Amino acid sequence: MTSQHFSANGNGMIADAMRQVDPDVMAAYPITPQTTIVEAYAKFVADGKVHTEYVPVESEHSALSACIGASAAGARVATATSSQGLAYMWEELPIAAGMRCPIVMANANRAISAPINIHGDHSDSMSARDTGWLMFYAETAQEAYDNTIIAFKCAEDENILLPAMVCLDGFVTTHAMERCVLEDDSTVKYYVGEYEPLYPLLDTEHPVSHGMYANIGDMYMRHHLTTRRVLEGAAPIIEKHGKEWEKLTGRPFELVDAWGCEDADHIIVVVGSAAGNARHAARILREQGRKVGVVRPRVYRPFPAQQVVDACKGAKAVAVLNRSDAPGAQHGPVCEDVMSAFYTAGLNIPVNDYIVGLGGADISLDLMVQVYDELEQRVAGEYTTDIAYLGIEE
Amino acid sequence: MANIKELSSRPESLAPGHRLCGGCGASIAVRQVLMAADRDKYDVVASNATGCLEVSTSIFPYTAWEIPWIHNAFANAGATCSGIEAAYKGLKRAGKIPADKKIKFVAFGGDGGTYDIGLQSLSGAMERGHDMVYVCYDNGAYMNTGIQRSSATPKGAWATTSEVGKVGKGKPEVRKDLTSIMAAHGIKYVAQSTVGHWRDLTMKAEKAFNVDGPAFLNVLAPCPRGWRIPSDMTTEICRMAVNSKFWPLFEVEDGVWHVTPVREKNAISLEEFLKPQGRFKHLFKPGAEDLLQEMKDDVDAYWAYLMGRVEGSKNL
Amino acid sequence: MAEKIYAADFDPKQENSWKPQDLPAGLVCPAGGNSREYITGSWRSMRPIWDKETCNNCMMCWVYCPDSSIIVKDGEMIGIDLDHCKGCGVCVSECRFNCLEMITESEAKEREAE
Repeated sequence: MTSQHFSANGNGMIADAMRQVDPDVMAAYPITPQTTIVEAYAKFVADGKVHTEYVPVESEHSALSACIGASAAGARVATATSSQGLAYMWEELPIAAGMRCPIVMANANRAISAPINIHGDHSDSMSARDTGWLMFYAETAQEAYDNTIIAFKCAEDENILLPAMVCLDGFVTTHAMERCVLEDDSTVKYYVGEYEPLYPLLDTEHPVSHGMYANIGDMYMRHHLTTRRVLEGAAPIIEKHGKEWEKLTGRPFELVDAWGCEDADHIIVVVGSAAGNARHAARILREQGRKVGVVRPRVYRPFPAQQVVDACKGAKAVAVLNRSDAPGAQHGPVCEDVMSAFYTAGLNIPVNDYIVGLGGADISLDLMVQVYDELEQRVAGEYTTDIAYLGIEE
Repeated sequence: MANIKELSSRPESLAPGHRLCGGCGASIAVRQVLMAADRDKYDVVASNATGCLEVSTSIFPYTAWEIPWIHNAFANAGATCSGIEAAYKGLKRAGKIPADKKIKFVAFGGDGGTYDIGLQSLSGAMERGHDMVYVCYDNGAYMNTGIQRSSATPKGAWATTSEVGKVGKGKPEVRKDLTSIMAAHGIKYVAQSTVGHWRDLTMKAEKAFNVDGPAFLNVLAPCPRGWRIPSDMTTEICRMAVNSKFWPLFEVEDGVWHVTPVREKNAISLEEFLKPQGRFKHLFKPGAEDLLQEMKDDVDAYWAYLMGRVEGSKNL
Repeated sequence: MAEKIYAADFDPKQENSWKPQDLPAGLVCPAGGNSREYITGSWRSMRPIWDKETCNNCMMCWVYCPDSSIIVKDGEMIGIDLDHCKGCGVCVSECRFNCLEMITESEAKEREAE
């Protein structure tokens, strides 16, 4: 096995991951900051490097619609989107899950209008977190690559058969160059294997109907319960496939990346690229003798509640950084998931809730230190704010 | 082209037991289009936009579709069908489908799912050149949700969102000429027919299936409930639509327009077509004369437009 | 695990007893054309009556029937599928040889009793 070390950005790594998987169909529509994924893929198609039928659709709604048609037809399918594009295809998100289409979609996380803003935050994908998709969030370009490959394996697992969204932060991860490792094409192909569809439309000898009408009695509700149960049982399966990839590549896979949590009094829970800065701040503070840690869910749906609880259970206070808001709700979306996990596990840890980095706003080292300071103040009873926009003065 | 005995020997693609209303034009459209598919040469896979046809043929756990079928949503029959067609190409390239296996793809949508909410998806699919036949069963309103106006609703027609009252006289706007819009995509075959002209429709459907690339059929498919006609009049009213020149039969083959002339002995006035339909009854009360005249002028103008198209493309 | 359910094993009449785990993945219907098992003939208030003697198999009733309920075999009409015919009357209005007529269901039942 030979792997290639080089400089790349997240979008390039995702395009390469998709090239190596070589899906039968890709239908996509360009949107900043996802564009370079579909551009790179179109070039692979033009160069004959993939067998993929590339469908340059006229909108994101059609992108996911075509993907659903292709998946129901029996194809392995990939796409990519971002922000308004994800919003525009929203109607199709629960349809892809409800029809059990294991489509893999990269989402270059970007703010949602208005006002229009092309920079990174999680407003797009967090609005889609309850649509029945598996969700991965990458911290780095390397992880975007690894997650994409693992996502195919998980989505197409016969015990899951659900679509998977691979999220990476707009610009910070999509465009910034990093030192990356590209595995061999053969390694990726061996790992993902062949996809065996359950009810392919193209098996014309056995005509099936997809997208049925469940309008009578409780059939709709019975069907919905299957999605809940599949996602509830998905975490160990994802972990198994992630560990298999870890074995092939030597790069660790955990549902939740926990740093310094064994003895931490104060923990930040954060999703995506901002974990890097949180860890950097935590390292500095640890050198000063402060017991701090960072928890980063790499898989977000199914929500790895047990792993988050296990990482946080010894802490005196926990801060949750949401890179999106849920106006009108008591807390940000990540915080609600974390608090729900704590409550269910019987943990009564004080939680400081922050909305951070909306529309690409900087999440600086100083702000991370401020969060740790405010956790100390919380424990001392000096900080009582329920939810704050980090770095914004009112 | 296959004669009726040959057509009747082909496998039925739409099983009975679906729950469309008695006399529904949509199922007649589906049957006639699919009976034109030469199943000895290829199989057919269908997509369906949300609508009467879709909900009534797929009530779980019963499906009326004898061929592989998919419903995705309202606005995306074109895109869904293009995805299936892309899968067929991609899987063939991967060697996962035998090279000699031939499949044709068809999409069905009502006028709401085609003229209105699904137009962008349809336009994209046609422009991208997918090998598919898109069939609009045009009943002139959102019948599934209870007769709301669409851009296919004729001028002057009553609908529950183009009401008739003290001031309102039904839909004020002229219906969208979707068939011309599809012809403007420059695809190989576009045609307009009705469910009351089986020979015309099966012939046009056969041509559409034979095209390697996108083709479009706009099929007048009356809704007895929405048009306020008896259920046994579905097919006869189609002939009246054509003979009054309200719904000309025409096709655009490789850019060449051909209109089926209305024979003099068959010609009827627009009023004769409108009168049996309850949705137009207000037009025959005092005060609607101007609107009725306007509708007649529209019909004449559209016929003249078609003649111009025929003339302008005859040497192509 | 999502197990494939084959058409032969799919009995829609059992739908009320299906638990969520018994449903086909994605709520697919794995049995093409199984609506034949659903009876729509009970909707009918009027019934088409066919006179075999005068029929010359022009097939107009078959080609226009919205409910695929004209039974045809080897190029000839052999009857009407009363399990599914909804009594819309399109076949009667299309018949050029007056070999189909519409009567009320109650009259049809009286005739059957005779």
